[in-house]
Amino acid sequence: MNYSIAFRTIVIKEILRFVRIWPQTLLPPAITTALYFLIFGKLIGDRIGTISGANYMDYIVPGIILMSVISHSYANVVSSFYSTKFQRNIEELLVAPIPNWVILGGYVSGGIIRGLLVGVVVTLISMLFADIHINNIAITLSIAVLTATVFALAGFINAILAESFDDISIIPNFVLTPLSYLGGVFYSVDMLPGIWQSISMGNPILYMINAFRYGFIGVTDIDIQLSFIITGGFIVTLTLFSLYLLHKGIGIKN
Amino acid sequence: MNALTLRDLKKTYNNGFKALKGIDLDVEAGDFFALLGPNGAGKSTAIGIISSLINATSGSVSIFGHDLSREREKAKSCIGLVPQEVNFNQFDTVKSILLNQAGYYGTPRKLALQRTEYCLKQMDLWDKRDTVSRRLSGGMKRRVMIARALVHAPKLLILDEPTAGVDIEIRRSMWQMMQDINRQGTTIILTTHYLEEAESLCRNIAIINHGRIVENSDMASLLARLHVEHFVLNLARPIAAAPIIEGCQIERVTDKTLNVAVPKEHGLNKLFSQLSAQNIEVISLKNKTNRLEQLFMDLIDSNPTGDQR
Repeated sequence: MNYSIAFRTIVIKEILRFVRIWPQTLLPPAITTALYFLIFGKLIGDRIGTISGANYMDYIVPGIILMSVISHSYANVVSSFYSTKFQRNIEELLVAPIPNWVILGGYVSGGIIRGLLVGVVVTLISMLFADIHINNIAITLSIAVLTATVFALAGFINAILAESFDDISIIPNFVLTPLSYLGGVFYSVDMLPGIWQSISMGNPILYMINAFRYGFIGVTDIDIQLSFIITGGFIVTLTLFSLYLLHKGIGIKN
Repeated sequence: MNALTLRDLKKTYNNGFKALKGIDLDVEAGDFFALLGPNGAGKSTAIGIISSLINATSGSVSIFGHDLSREREKAKSCIGLVPQEVNFNQFDTVKSILLNQAGYYGTPRKLALQRTEYCLKQMDLWDKRDTVSRRLSGGMKRRVMIARALVHAPKLLILDEPTAGVDIEIRRSMWQMMQDINRQGTTIILTTHYLEEAESLCRNIAIINHGRIVENSDMASLLARLHVEHFVLNLARPIAAAPIIEGCQIERVTDKTLNVAVPKEHGLNKLFSQLSAQNIEVISLKNKTNRLEQLFMDLIDSNPTGDQR
């Protein structure tokens, strides 16, 4: 059987879904991040000065872009796949001759595409406030794609295990957002007191944001190789766990 | 060739409930097969396992010779499922529901468009192709589910109570559609609570109760086993009491209506002669219950624990 058609069908369905509801999916990050740039970058940032040799606006731009990529790649998969479960049209996929890896790949690709699209929108907004010069395009793009993949996978797992709409908002609100804010979006980890620096090292988002910031402005608190290893490790682990859940039918079959 | 073969299929849910206690079933290719049973008997569990929505505890499922666990994709390609409840994305248009379904089965776009048009026209839904599905009536939603199940041209169509809750006019038109689909060579397995529907449409039948198959035969042989038929007689003139006729049980419902249980060997001609001899004139009669319904109730009542016959 030609699985590429099934894969393409899921991906196109996912893209059409978030494009159809663009006022909910693509517009809010543009407004929110414009406010971040205005308040934190312009109004407060001008009084902060520089961090690691970069002015504050340039320093926070990569973090805010990647934070948007993280939250939207996660949100797309968790809301779409949980709705598919809730409306029971997951049964269309379970009855059809589609291997689990195609289902996973289709939904995760939809999440990656939305995350990256939102990343582009936020980058365009940031250009109104800062001069964007990308230091290393390969690192910037690759860490953006890998980060979107990690959080699209995490959103997929959340959707599989969720039993109510409350369950799909708990992780984004109480885990993802705090980890993003504490992941060095607005500050350097060197600015934290000793114990908090050590605690921050346990936050995977810190590694992703620093690698992305390095790609953008050449500044990082973390070894870039370690960032790629950790991000890749998460992708492998979350992919295997997602496939295990699908194989067992946990959360989707009786 | 068998369209479906089940061998010692068992399902025990996590709460310990044994929904299927080892069922064997053969459905021949081209058949129109009824799978009947009371609520909670195990029909939906069996269909869930066949269509991969439920994991079996043990046993095997083979669809057109493809084992569902070893040749999963090939086996699944043969099936089209019409579930009990509406389960398509209610925000999608009718056309996109079918196109997506075709895509899931690996149908190339050009062929998918042709198949979508064909199935929607067959279900009389072509003029609704661009309508968002949540705006459709209940009957139309049912037909969308049938069209969706047919879009990849399955060899085995499973209809799980397809006419539940639809009005009699739509039900009759759906019967016609199902017969047409079966005549075109598609094997159909039907579950329904309308036993008249099963009797009219199906050639073979299995009855499941308490997780076991308690009857499995062709419809004609099963109906031939009916020893007593129940009729309602409408009389020309009022009567004061129910007449007494040896061999038949007669109950006076109103002064011009009788319920009569007639053994097959007694026959209606003899009954009418005996009533006529008592100066009772019958102007019309109808079956009190559908014949299959009567057999079904007899089988279920005589197998309260689902013991195999």
